This record gives sequence, structure tokens and C-alpha cells, in this order.
Amino acid sequence: MVKQLNKKALIKPLALLVTFFIVQLLIQFNIINYYYQDILATICINIILAVSLNLITGFTGQFSLGHAGFMSIGAYACALTIQRVPTVYGFIAGVILGAMLAAFAGLLVGLPTLRLKGDYLAIATLGLSEIIRVMFINLDSITNGAAGLYLQYRFVNWFWLFVLTVMTVVLISNFVKSSHGRACISIREDEIAAEAVGINTTKYKVMAFMIGSFFAGVAGAVYASYFYFIEPNLFGFSKSIDILVVVVLGGLGSLSGSILAAAVLALISSFLQSFAAIRMVLYAVLLILIMLFRPGGLMGSRELSVAMLVELRKEAIAWLKAMPAKVLSAVRSITKGTGKHGGDKSASKGRFEG
Amino acid sequence: MKLLEAKKLTKSFGGLMAVSKVNMVINQGELVGLIGPNGAGKTTVFNLITGMYAPTSGTITLFDGSHGKTIHGLKPHKICNAGIARTFQNIRLFKDLTVLDNVRIAMHCSVKYGLLSCFLHLPRYRRDEQRIIDESIELLKIFNLDGKMDELARNLPYGEQRHLEIARALASRPKLLLLDEPAAGVNPAETAQLSEIIRKVRRLFNLTILLIEHDMSLVMKICERIYVLDFGSVIASGTPDEIKSNERVITAYLGEDAIDA
Repeated sequence: MVKQLNKKALIKPLALLVTFFIVQLLIQFNIINYYYQDILATICINIILAVSLNLITGFTGQFSLGHAGFMSIGAYACALTIQRVPTVYGFIAGVILGAMLAAFAGLLVGLPTLRLKGDYLAIATLGLSEIIRVMFINLDSITNGAAGLYLQYRFVNWFWLFVLTVMTVVLISNFVKSSHGRACISIREDEIAAEAVGINTTKYKVMAFMIGSFFAGVAGAVYASYFYFIEPNLFGFSKSIDILVVVVLGGLGSLSGSILAAAVLALISSFLQSFAAIRMVLYAVLLILIMLFRPGGLMGSRELSVAMLVELRKEAIAWLKAMPAKVLSAVRSITKGTGKHGGDKSASKGRFEG
Repeated sequence: MKLLEAKKLTKSFGGLMAVSKVNMVINQGELVGLIGPNGAGKTTVFNLITGMYAPTSGTITLFDGSHGKTIHGLKPHKICNAGIARTFQNIRLFKDLTVLDNVRIAMHCSVKYGLLSCFLHLPRYRRDEQRIIDESIELLKIFNLDGKMDELARNLPYGEQRHLEIARALASRPKLLLLDEPAAGVNPAETAQLSEIIRKVRRLFNLTILLIEHDMSLVMKICERIYVLDFGSVIASGTPDEIKSNERVITAYLGEDAIDA
């Protein structure tokens, strides 16, 4: 029993390590070239953003449209730190500082606004992220205003991307499974009942908001250091919407859904680069299609698990086994059903056999 | 020995006096009924006691031995942690969560680990989570719900949802349990079962219970004392037998003519 438990507990870290080294090797041999590395970085940053917003919107049920604002705080804090201390330690300090400042901003914003509900909260958080953006534009002397900040060095490599992304996902997933996380979920389910069973709803709303902002800050710091350049307008309203799209598409309340959606969307959008003119139209159509066929998001509120994969495999095999018969009967009905009465009959017979 | 005392409790919504100058005492270990016609202010009294509303005037005191603590105007979660739990007239379960989760959430105030343990899943987290699960299952066993702990609450039959709500209320280890129409919409057989369960948990948890109910057979059978509300005021209080023959109560329920007839 104990051995089995240990084995199970080892699978995940082992899988992660293997993934890390495979990608590292692929980068070393330049199979993953600079272009694909950029996509990889985008995916990792989007995962951090989506998972942290999912904690606020998916698990705690607080509709926030200000995630890009918190991201920008992390980005600027990290960029300014790196400018002063251009070493990897400067980068680490920048990530920590950026995350802390973003969390603090989350606290300041959360305390007054989290008494609002639904649409009203969305509007308030939207407004606050705009305030942050305008503030960065106007703090010329520090942030170089609308012209933005350039960095000379890049400290983020695959190692840092991997470590920070995995850290974010593990910490937030651990939080969600704990009693504190359940308290957050109960707020989403029924705020009045949550209060009645002894949960300090204000406290847990603000806590979720702060944790979410903290990791948005981490994502911002990684972004700044990876892409060399930041300007306030990168973190506008549309960025917040982008993150929300990932969360909704993956499934509100599903962390693995957020991860999946972040990867899928980054891949789709990079694939569409070759159709530059109609790229956004295709992107929108794809989004609509996904939402039509999976209204609860890719994963609903479920998490990806080994049991689920096994189930999926079974279904796929059953589907594939049924395939030849289906195809055969379809082909028969097409080939034989060309006008003559007798042909029609045998076609329908064939279908029954299939 | 007093457990809860309300003095001149008043709540007005604009010009409407929902509850006016209600005095009420609930003693340790009692099972007290609160009845009255529709709109008499019964649920408002519950909402005042549990902190959903702050009273316009008046006081509510919760006693711990001889030491009394005023609780009116506190936030609901503080009142819950002080030892008063409730159920709702229109069931308010966490419908999309499992039966087990519904109970586990209500155990939140007994959790001993902090944020660090919950982020890193330290040994203290594992121990405490195991305790929460064990205690939740114990609690669900009383209601015969332990076999259904992985089902979503919304998939339970109505009567079991009522039971689960009581189980959830008990999970926060209250001294005083407020039941808001536990038998509403429940068939006679289930009502009988319900009164059995109320008796059982009262004995097991050493509970004091205040109960709103329209099902008079249930109220008269299990309550030791009854308060009758009408238009926000207490019009009578006493044992079930006293209430049954009280003229003001009959008038309130059936109208003036009922007595002459």
C-alpha cells in the first residue's frame, strides 16, 4: 500500500522532469528554434496568467477584468529592477518584487471593490486596470511613459519559464484543494450560505484576489524579461480580455483546462500568422465554434486525470472499432443507392448489419 | 440556564415593522418552536439572530455559562463561529459540490493549518485534512448519507437535501441550531423521520434547538416551549398545550370568527 502510494506520488514529478529535459534537448539541438521558443514562452506566460485568473474568476466566482493591470505592475517592477541590477539575481529580485507589489495592489483594489458583484465588479476592476495603465503612461520619469522600456539582457530561459509555470500551477492547485480553497469555492456556489457556515467571505475573496494578482505579477515579470520591451498599452483592456478568453475556453474552475486552452490558443494564433489579413476573423470563428460545441469550456469544471485519460482511450478505441462498419455502410449506401429500387433496399439492410 | 436572550429586538424595513420589541429566552438544552402566520416575522428573527440583518434596536446575547456576549450586529460568520448555526427555508446547499464537500466546507473554522501548509501540503495539512474527512463521514453516517458522499448535492432527493443541510449546519459544532421550516415540502413519512433525526442529533450533540415550522403536528410533538409571532410581535408563549388553547393564537391563525363559531 505504502509502496503504491509512493509510486503514484512519483509519477508527476518524473513526468515533469522528463518534459523539462526533452524540451531542453530540443532547444539545444535547435529543433525548437527561436520562433518556437517565443511561442513556448507565450504559452508559459499565458498559463500563469490563466491559472491565476481562474482562481479569482473560476473558483471564487469574482468576475475580474483587470488582470492585465496586475501583470503590468509585475512587468514594470521587474524591468526597472533589471535595469538597475542587470544580473540573474536582479531578475529574481524583480520577479519577487513585482509579484509582491502586484499582490499589494490586489489588496488595495480588492478591499473596496469586492463588495460589488458580477458585472459591477467587472466594470470596477476594468476601471482600476485602466488607472494603472494611465499611471504608467504619466510616470514619465520612472517608466519612460508611452514610449516604454527596453531591456538589454534576457534572463528568462526555458529553465525559468518551466520552473515558474510549474510553481504557479502547483501552488494554486494545492491552494484550491485545501480548506481555504474550498472556502473560496463555497463563495462562488452561494455566498450567503458560505457566511452562514462560518466562512469570512470578504477575507477569502480578498485572499483569492491577492494570490491571483501575485501570480499575474510573476507573469508580467517573466514577460518583461523575455520579450525585452514593455509599454503601458501592452497591458490594456484587450489583454485582460485575452486572459479571460483562455480561462473561459478552458473551463471556469478547471486548472488543467486553463493550461490546455493557453497552449491551444497560442498554437492556433501562431498557425494563423500565415493568414495575416484574416487572422483575427479566423481566431474569432474558432472561438465561437469551440464555445458552441463545448459551452462549459474544454474541460468544464473537471480536472484532467489518469482515470479520465483511460476513459478517453476506451471511448476512442470503441469509436475507432465502430468506424469501419460505419464507413462501410456509408459507402454501401452511396454506391448502391444510385437510383434503383433494389439497391436502396440492400443499402438499408447493410446499414442494419453495420 | 439561559443560552440565548433577545431583548426588545426590533427590525424595521423603511416604514414596515418586520419585528417589533421581541423578547425571547432560550435555555440550554431546550427545543423551542417559533410559529406564526405567514409574514409574521419568523424568518426575520432568524436573520437577526444569525447576523444576516443588523437589528434596528434591541440586543441579542449569547451565554457561555454565566458569561454573556452580545452578538447582534456581528457578521454572520462570526456568529456561526460563536456557536449558532442555521438551515434555510429554501434550501441553500452548495448544489454543484459533492455531499462530502458541503460538510467539509462547514468544518473550515476548525482547520488548524495556515496558508503555508495549504500551499505546500505539509504533513500538518495531510493530518488535518484526514481528520476533516473522518469527522465529516461520521456526521454523514448519522443522516445515512455516508453512502452518497461523492454525489453532487443537487442530485439528492429533496428530503435528503434537507438532511444534508442539517448535517452541514452541525459540522460547525454549534451550541444552538436554528431550523427554518425543516419539514417544508416533505411528505408525512419523511416528516416522521425528520422528528426522529432532530431528537437524535439533539441528544448526540447536546444541542439547543430553535425551530420555525408550519407543520403543527411536528411542532406540538417535539417542541417543549413555543413562541407565537404575529405582525412582528410575540403574542403568546408557553407549552404546546397552553398555546393550543390560547385565544389570541387561534384568532391570529383563523380570524376573529373562529372563536365564536
